[in-house]
Amino acid sequence: MGKTLFEKIWDKHVITQRDDGDVLLYIDRHLTHDLHFRSFGKLKEKGLKIRCPEQLYGTPDHSVPTTAKVLSDIPEGEMRETVEVLAQAADEHGFHHFPMTDERHGIVHVVGPEQGITLPGLTLVCGDSHTSTHGALGCLAFGIGSTEVQHVLATQTLWQRKPKSMRINVTGTLGTGVSGKDVILAVIRKISAAGGTGYAIEYAGSAIDNMSMEGRMTICNMTIEAGARSGLVAPDDKTIDYCKGRPFAPEGVKWDQAVAYWKTLCSDADAVFDKEVTLDAESIAPMVTWGNSPQYALGVHELVPDPELEPDPITRAEMVAALDYMDLKPGMRLSDISVDTVFIGACTNSRIEDMRAAAAVAKGRHAKARTLVVPGSGLVKKQAEAEGLDKIFIEAGMEWREPGCSMCIAMNGDMLAPGERAASTSNRNFRGRQGPGSRTHLVSPAMAAAAAVCGHFADVRDFVV
Amino acid sequence: MEAFKTFASVAVPIDIPNCDTDQIIPARFLRRAADDPDYHSFLFADLRFEKDGSDTEFVLNQGPYRAGKIFVADINWGCGSSRENAVTALTANGIRSVIAPSFGDIHYSNCIKNGVLPVPLSVEDCATLRAQIRESPGAEIAIDLETQSLTGPDQTTYVFEINAFDKHRLLNGLDDVELTLEFDTQIDSFELIYKTENDWAY
Ligand code: SF4
Repeated sequence: MGKTLFEKIWDKHVITQRDDGDVLLYIDRHLTHDLHFRSFGKLKEKGLKIRCPEQLYGTPDHSVPTTAKVLSDIPEGEMRETVEVLAQAADEHGFHHFPMTDERHGIVHVVGPEQGITLPGLTLVCGDSHTSTHGALGCLAFGIGSTEVQHVLATQTLWQRKPKSMRINVTGTLGTGVSGKDVILAVIRKISAAGGTGYAIEYAGSAIDNMSMEGRMTICNMTIEAGARSGLVAPDDKTIDYCKGRPFAPEGVKWDQAVAYWKTLCSDADAVFDKEVTLDAESIAPMVTWGNSPQYALGVHELVPDPELEPDPITRAEMVAALDYMDLKPGMRLSDISVDTVFIGACTNSRIEDMRAAAAVAKGRHAKARTLVVPGSGLVKKQAEAEGLDKIFIEAGMEWREPGCSMCIAMNGDMLAPGERAASTSNRNFRGRQGPGSRTHLVSPAMAAAAAVCGHFADVRDFVV
Repeated sequence: MEAFKTFASVAVPIDIPNCDTDQIIPARFLRRAADDPDYHSFLFADLRFEKDGSDTEFVLNQGPYRAGKIFVADINWGCGSSRENAVTALTANGIRSVIAPSFGDIHYSNCIKNGVLPVPLSVEDCATLRAQIRESPGAEIAIDLETQSLTGPDQTTYVFEINAFDKHRLLNGLDDVELTLEFDTQIDSFELIYKTENDWAY
């Protein structure tokens, strides 16, 4: 029987296997960010050292205000401390670090692929659940907790149990105005927020083949919202082109070796998956979530559902609670829901293609709601400015900010007031995620821009020229 | 970490399906040190406290449930982020076990690494247990990890699954790093061969 893509990468990294099935897995790349600032002190307390500092890459993202350019712009206290401690640790231990003054800094999941740190065939971990993002490059990547972070720091390995395998096939062609974000929201709606638990997912099918690297990253990013720790897309010519020439990517003979190896990285024709799911791309509309789990997503022309029609009592109760929290009524049209704030950013949707998609809708129009546009890295910001996208946003009355996680997690000062409603390109619509009492609707960048210029949700396909 | 062998306590029904880690501990507390004396108050902070700091009606604030150290939760408990702070918030309140039909993958391993036992039972069994402890606040659940069994308030016994390695870690309170360092020479030789064969990556 053939192997899946996941198994090919996994098997290559197994150091040893226990009788009970757990394996000790070798980790090629470890990414870290400001929220792990305590790891270094803890490691020292235990008398341990970083085993492979050259395989560790850090950048501050969660705690950096999107108005700050230098350290002293960050308010004193724990916010500044996290960023400072990370920088000091990088100095002391000699790992790669992109400080906030470096144009390469940004959200760790944007920086990894952008710098060529993320490459096909590698294992990559980070103390952050959205590490699944990096799977878009055919890299086995997953989020870990802080005890595991210390384990990787000290040993460059992890004890892992092999997950089951699931392939999600998105067949056919996506319609105009429908993006990776809409695909993954449709997937999670179909399989549920726990549907991927215990699985490693591989995305395949013509809609994935034809999708940009950015779109694939959006899909893999939200794989954890379906419960799966990792999502993979087999590397193809697009992946190879994307990696070529990136600062940490191999060069010369090593590049040729890498490419030859990457071309073997696909699931064999006779590989068997524990589960296969198929979605028809044509049936996917631009999506908007209405509840407090990403599985509660609707096509833009659907109506807010009625819990009375839900047969499962647990789901029904959850729906009732969500409608109450979100202040929505069954049967409402999404276009009747007005938004107070629009957030375009987060590791889901802050890459250059996302900025372009939002700008295409914003161009020549004016925002009716407060809109924050936060590029995912200093390099995305620079590229967007070179293309004049910043001017489009500013002329539309939107705010063009410095890179970081920003209003995705509301740890840097950017947040919603209690009861405020946002159209957001982030990945979590959990209660209080964007500030206590905040109400979040997840959408694509184009849909977010459409909501901004209309002041309520709208079908972006009416804007696409 | 603290070993887990047997444990009995008042059990608390957490009737929230897909209870995400952002609810278990809101992000604004993530920069706090694990030994912060206020850590216990971060658990479910937005559900437990009004803006002025007074108690809400949330189940953890009600009578005998205040003493509860075992949670009986709903599907997909601990979904969402990798924040281990969610487990720290549990241990800061002495919570030693969460019984649920399913768990967020990363949260599950974070629990194991901190001496908190995740107990998977069926949707129906969890619903039964929640109903029982809702009807008799203060009712206890007893767990025995060695036999992988749990006794409900009505003395019904349930058997649960746990991976052998996880069980071994919990029973003995083992720290993974120490365990792995025993494989140091094996890691060294793997690394040498692996990096030679894949020098494009290094
Ligand atoms: S952008 Fe949001 S989801 Fe992504 S790493 Fe930052 S906080 Fe986490």
